[in-house]
Amino acid sequence: MTIMEPRKHGSAADGFVGGRLSRFEGQMKVTGAATYALEYPVENLAHAVLVQSTIASGRVVSVDKAEAQAAPGVLLVLTPEDDLGLMTKSDWFGNRPDNEPYAPLPREISYNGETIAAVIAESREQAVEAIKLLRIAYDETPGVADLHDPKAGDGKVMDNLSVSWGDAEAALAASAVTIEAEYQTPREYHVAMEPHGLTAKWEGDQLTIWEPSQWTHAMALNYAEWFGLPPDNVRLISTFVGGGFGSKGAALAYGAVAASAARKLGRPVKLAVTRPQNFTSYGGRAATRQTIKLGATKDGVLQAIVHRGASETSVTTDYPEQTGAATPILYKVENYSSQSRVVPVNTVTPGALRGPGKNPSAFGIECAMDELANKLGMDPLELRLKNYADRDYQTGKPWSTRMLREALTQGAEAFGWSKRSHAPRSMREGRQLIGWGIGCGTFPVIQAPSAAMIRILANGRVEVVSGAIDMGQGTYTILAQTASEALGVPVDQIDVLLGDSRMPGSAIAGGSMLAGSITGAVHKTAAAARDELIGLALNAPNSPFRDTGANTLSVAGGRISVSSGNGPSMSLPELMTAIGQSELEVTRNTLPDDAQGATDQNAAWTSMKRVQGPTMGEFSMHSWCAHFAEVRVDEDFGTVRVSRMVSAFDCGRLYNPKMVESQWRGGIIMGIGQALFEEGMVDGRNGRTVNNNVGDYLVPTNADIPDLQVISVGVPDLNASALGGKGVGEVGIVGVAPAIANAVFHATGKRVRDLPLTLDKLI
Amino acid sequence: MRDFSYSRAGSLDEARQATLAPGALLLAGGTTLLDLAKCGVTEPETVIDITHLAGLDAITVDEEGIAIGALARMSAVADHPGVQAALPAVTQSLSLAASAQLRNMATIGGNLLQRTRCSYFRDPATFPACNKRNPGSGCSAIGGVTRNHAVLGTSEQCIASYPGDMAIALVAFDAVLDLGTRQVPVEDFFLSYADAPEEETVLKPGEMILAVKLRNSAAGMRSTYLKVRDRQSYEFAAASAAVGLEFEDDGRTVKDIRVALGGVASKPWRARAVEQALVGKPLEADTVAWAARLAMDGAVSYSDNLYKIELAPRVVTRAILTVGGLA
Ligand SMILES: Cc1cc2nc3c(=O)[nH]c(=O)nc-3n(C[C@H](O)[C@H](O)[C@H](O)COP(=O)(O)OP(=O)(O)OC[C@H]3O[C@@H](n4cnc5c(N)ncnc54)[C@H](O)[C@@H]3O)c2cc1C
Ligand code: SF4
Repeated sequence: MTIMEPRKHGSAADGFVGGRLSRFEGQMKVTGAATYALEYPVENLAHAVLVQSTIASGRVVSVDKAEAQAAPGVLLVLTPEDDLGLMTKSDWFGNRPDNEPYAPLPREISYNGETIAAVIAESREQAVEAIKLLRIAYDETPGVADLHDPKAGDGKVMDNLSVSWGDAEAALAASAVTIEAEYQTPREYHVAMEPHGLTAKWEGDQLTIWEPSQWTHAMALNYAEWFGLPPDNVRLISTFVGGGFGSKGAALAYGAVAASAARKLGRPVKLAVTRPQNFTSYGGRAATRQTIKLGATKDGVLQAIVHRGASETSVTTDYPEQTGAATPILYKVENYSSQSRVVPVNTVTPGALRGPGKNPSAFGIECAMDELANKLGMDPLELRLKNYADRDYQTGKPWSTRMLREALTQGAEAFGWSKRSHAPRSMREGRQLIGWGIGCGTFPVIQAPSAAMIRILANGRVEVVSGAIDMGQGTYTILAQTASEALGVPVDQIDVLLGDSRMPGSAIAGGSMLAGSITGAVHKTAAAARDELIGLALNAPNSPFRDTGANTLSVAGGRISVSSGNGPSMSLPELMTAIGQSELEVTRNTLPDDAQGATDQNAAWTSMKRVQGPTMGEFSMHSWCAHFAEVRVDEDFGTVRVSRMVSAFDCGRLYNPKMVESQWRGGIIMGIGQALFEEGMVDGRNGRTVNNNVGDYLVPTNADIPDLQVISVGVPDLNASALGGKGVGEVGIVGVAPAIANAVFHATGKRVRDLPLTLDKLI
Repeated sequence: MRDFSYSRAGSLDEARQATLAPGALLLAGGTTLLDLAKCGVTEPETVIDITHLAGLDAITVDEEGIAIGALARMSAVADHPGVQAALPAVTQSLSLAASAQLRNMATIGGNLLQRTRCSYFRDPATFPACNKRNPGSGCSAIGGVTRNHAVLGTSEQCIASYPGDMAIALVAFDAVLDLGTRQVPVEDFFLSYADAPEEETVLKPGEMILAVKLRNSAAGMRSTYLKVRDRQSYEFAAASAAVGLEFEDDGRTVKDIRVALGGVASKPWRARAVEQALVGKPLEADTVAWAARLAMDGAVSYSDNLYKIELAPRVVTRAILTVGGLA
């Protein structure tokens, strides 16, 4: 037997904010000890399996379920005929229609793969088999398969997304050098390692849900509203999450189905959404197309940007994938015009997927800048530096911090950009054409209030408690680091409890807003706990500090002592024993003083009402990055291999550089997948995504990923968050695909403007 | 739940007897069988486990050639130095297939009998029409997404491609399958399913693959398997080529050449026209590129897979030039 050397968690100093600690829960995950939502042992489970539509548009005329119902083990069959008695839940902003019933198994079908029925049986296998006995009659109507369907048309303009300043068309017409091109991105999916699903259990009118979640309080409220329950009656538990990437922020139709079944049966129900069903149980990134026109002087000074974008949405909801999100803020430009459309097609309503908006937007503008550089005969790095935005030209506001210049120059230095031979197709090794490309990225700083609780126990251990979640990004670890620093207690004495809607509320783990928000709340709470502890030590009748005459004490390394060093010094458990205190509990939040009421608090933890955008204050606040990619394209086969990448980031202060670097690399890897492989293949006849499994929908393997060098050029930004960090999770993917596409152009002289860069487009 | 019976065959004869029952299927590594059962394509009544049958996993290499038992694991064959020396193309075709985990489970017999990756074939709940699953029901792929479908040996009945890698190398080197009662060349074992897509091989109930046999050859020793795909690992071939070459004594005139294609045809595809065009000629890049195009004679595309007609000859060319020392 071999025993693995236990991994060192870093030195003591690493315990504070900024230390390179390894993830606390990492070992549990790799050894299988971490219990994910669907693994919770719940007794007497029944198993639900979903049935999804196989047509894109029309209605369910009837479902003959007699045979299925009679099949062995079957307990219940739910179809559009069943009134589940649910009411519509609030939207993201906390708005809720009055008295609007909600049918998670709709009769009207608006996309292929929509959930229309469920079979619940003693075993999953029995349910799967019984589904084959359902006779579903459809009344099919013509549908629109996707953005490329000739029937899709141009869609409608989203007025709130139109942006303009100066006179872009006139400036364009007057420009010495112009380019115009259309860029496209396909449907892309989250494909988190952990598929969706839940276990729902009722005890009277108390409902417990075990479900992976990016936002426990909001999802608990979703269930409460569906079932007309007081919010406190629903408890949602999400201790570990196997990746979300934007897909696990709200309760979904299948959850309503499982919880309804559990209530009807009076038994806990587990529902595992199959991998193919994950492709349509919630929306991935919408397919997009955008036209970009750039005008510049002969020496490369940008004069105008004209952007026209469109993204597909469902026929029920206008969800724009904002292809104009990064376009206005990357460069200095005095004349700008942007308009965005949504094109309804028969798809599940698209959703947020890592770097929403910014990602396809950067693909457009960053490829366009490369085309302009090529037309000008200019180094694309020089073109970017030349048009460096000294402020936010859209709002006129100054940047809070913007180290993009440093990202470009330091990234270029590390990459060896100066050795680039600029002519396309001028670098090769045998039959491998080599190309180098740049792509910049950005993601806004979004702030939201959060709450936290700190408990100091009699044994000296400290608990940090929050309903925030950890989906691998490192919440458990950075909160221990934050509390350690603010409280003066070593990290190994701190336990972090997360992922339960019964715990204090928090920002969503989305839009890169969680770390900045929740560290702020924990820092505030820990500081308050420390003050209370010191207050007790100074004032408690039996405290040895009472008579020292000190007016404050210091807490460091888990010991409390007189700051001058003359006087008692004791460990926390010793103090707790001396003063006869069994526990000290402190809860704080970062809501303003005038919003401390229950209604305001609940709204803050369950809606976007209190979320602050990047330009709501004096400054314009964003994370920034510059990616440098090297590709090798086989001249004969058109296969693209990314052989090297250097990426430099400005994300402000890093709470734990090791975990930040992992998040950046994760984003870059996802970007490589987006650049080279990922594409939902839609059958034009019935709107079905036919590669709805991980055998056919390709994501990168280890063999596809070279060494990824990441560099931090950020400085603390105290406007962006309490501790000075900006978001790190989303920005990593933004700009990767254009860096690779630009490198492919440099290698081959061939400009591919629609992702992914598969070999058929390059041979 | 769909019940099926599971039994472990006590002997070869027992296993062969058991396959005579309707709905009976052998279980080797299970990586194809379970996969297809999960998609609802295969619904066996009886599963006969043969994994423990003794002697069927042997790999023997001698002066005559190689014999690989049907139960030998893909990884065991890929790691075998004797196979590598005699037929590098076979080794490479295995190590470039699937993933390490699958190769550790999967057997050579099962590998030959893997089935097409046609998405329509694999989704019976949504696409009832599939001539391969349900003869006469039509073909859902035609008119749909056909990026991975075949361009050679297809018909209006079915355009699915044979997905495996090893069989391409086997067909190039005239491998023979030992079915116990008869010996069948691999090339004849697979049927191009032009007219009857549901019939994929000549294997009959009561028969079993016992071993794959290959004869040593100079072309075999100088061989390669080139697999081209978008992802660097764990993906089926967009196009692949197994190639072997023997020169005359002058070191440049082609004496013997073997060419087979994967990822583009309804069955492992021997490209005899390419071979014949090159035998007796000096190996030169231009001649090879011209000859490789002959592999695509009669190719039919359904737009999404048009690129294969361009790609496959390039893969053949590179593979030949590689073994010829010209690439
Ligand atoms: C995700 C994925 C990716 C893959 N990628 C590749 C790839 O890139 N290249 C590639 O070549 N393959 C690939 N494969 C296919 C893989 O190689 C096959 O699944 C495997 O070789 C089958 O072997 P097995 O022993 O598991 O067969 P089983 O599943 O046990 O059997 C397959 C079939 O053969 C029958 N059978 C088995 N043994 C015998 C015998 N001795 N006589 C008669 N009938 C028999 C069984 O009844 C069954 O019908 C992939 C598979 C998966 C799941
Ligand atoms: S190509 Fe063949 S396997 Fe695919 S749907 Fe058509 S008939 Fe079936």
